Amino acid sequence: MGIKIENISKSFKKIEALKDITFNVNDGELFGLIGPDGAGKTTLFRILTTLLIANEGTASIVGFDVEKDFQKIRNIIGYMPGKFSLYQDLTVEENLKFFATIFGTTIEENYDLIKDIYIQIEPFKNRRAGKLSGGMKQKLALSCALIHKPKVLFLDEPTTGVDPVSRKEFWEMLKRLQQKGITILVSTPYMDEAALCDRIALIQDGRILQIDTPEEIIKHYPKTIYNVCADNMYKLIESLKKYTHNYNVYPFGEFVHYTDKRIDFNPNELLHFLEEQQLKNIQINKTQPTIEDTFMELAK
Amino acid sequence: MKEEAVIQVENLTKKFGDFTAVNAISFEVKKGEIFGFLGANGAGKTTAMKMLIGIYKPTSGNAQVASFNVYKNPNEIKKNIGYMSQKFALYDDLTVKENITFFGGIYGLSRSQIKEKTAQLIEELNLQETVNQLVGTLPLGWKQKISFSVALLHNPKIVFLDEPTSGVDPITRRQFWEMIYETANNGTTIFVTTHYMDEAEYCDRVSIMVNGNIEALDTPKKLKKQFNVVTMNDVFLKLARSPSLTLPFGKGVKND
Repeated sequence: MGIKIENISKSFKKIEALKDITFNVNDGELFGLIGPDGAGKTTLFRILTTLLIANEGTASIVGFDVEKDFQKIRNIIGYMPGKFSLYQDLTVEENLKFFATIFGTTIEENYDLIKDIYIQIEPFKNRRAGKLSGGMKQKLALSCALIHKPKVLFLDEPTTGVDPVSRKEFWEMLKRLQQKGITILVSTPYMDEAALCDRIALIQDGRILQIDTPEEIIKHYPKTIYNVCADNMYKLIESLKKYTHNYNVYPFGEFVHYTDKRIDFNPNELLHFLEEQQLKNIQINKTQPTIEDTFMELAK
Repeated sequence: MKEEAVIQVENLTKKFGDFTAVNAISFEVKKGEIFGFLGANGAGKTTAMKMLIGIYKPTSGNAQVASFNVYKNPNEIKKNIGYMSQKFALYDDLTVKENITFFGGIYGLSRSQIKEKTAQLIEELNLQETVNQLVGTLPLGWKQKISFSVALLHNPKIVFLDEPTSGVDPITRRQFWEMIYETANNGTTIFVTTHYMDEAEYCDRVSIMVNGNIEALDTPKKLKKQFNVVTMNDVFLKLARSPSLTLPFGKGVKND
């Protein structure tokens, strides 16, 4: 049942935000929608949460159609929008109570589900939501999205603007929620978070580039990648771009990810070339592709 | 020349009442260096940066930025640095050209200099088609590149970048880092504040702030070796404890 998306398209005036999107999220799956700002992630979330109507295509949430059965859907999903959307002037506890009441439940009734998360912000329950730090706001927003025990959880860029420590905690929370049987669709611009999902869809410019498990996506990268480094990064990139056999030259942290057009590429040839360019301390080593390498290859 | 320090910080401290946001930090940044300034939310990095760019007066300690003192010449500092943030970059309601003219004027460039710079930017960034479009209609990647160039209009000695590439698509992000490498190679110092560890991986050296203190400062390579991990993210996780859990008061509250 989960989520079914079939041939969804959506345009705003001249801009095609989503182009023929089709994929399913299985029951109980933790599914990631991975793509940069402007890829169409939020538009898709708004369609699935019944806040926006698609121009074409259909979608259903646990069997309910997003257009016809929108009221039913609203009762069984939790939605955490990318922009902090709680009441800044209400306290932590007031916000939670408000959402519980709207959904006809109480904090006590579903406390078990949110306990792990809420317990971390409970010491600040009398603080106004607007005065919380990013990580705490995120935990409150998640608590509010969960308070009615939804079957499906939609999280739009929950980790944007959040530091690595809170990010790690957040993903651990998601794993625990998944174990409680909740289907989760989460979007993120951070490619390193892709590995934490069961399956992912890579999205750019309103189009799905690929859908699979993170392992399979990496496995299908067509080239051998070499980590290249030298003492002057700027000159190294310039030199690699000059090298006629280069297929891709992408800076990647302290290295450059280099791929060669030839099948019988010999790294020593490249080493010689770089030495001729007066580069020092050159190292060339094979490395594993990442989701980001695959993304760039598909998005080219 | 390469060893010349353009930022010198000594025991720099900022207190808000009883709360010490920045606790006697010391470091140097060299000319042409790409320096990463990292920390969790609430670790004190924004406060530290505000002192370095002449907005906050330190409580104690000292700092020289672009050879000006943070107490005596905060306004001279502002003239000699560039600043670019992900959150606020350019005016969406102005065209590319109007933005360049506006910021050029703010930075004190003459009309002829602005004209010259505009022509140069159009050429370098291939803006022939887009120069008269509203910035709000441009893709994020374009905005980022233009706003970086705008931050460099007045040839600053240092440019401060606040989470410059978060949310940008991976290919554009790399084009952006190539621009940064080129700028640094030409002798401009790049000071990157971020809590995105993939941005940290690109820096020559990084410092990591935890609870107002600099807990680590070295090249990403050496830090990874020191902590025996493979990514800067793991280095960060080993160093930084969760601010929302360990701090009783103050740090959990937004301080800007």
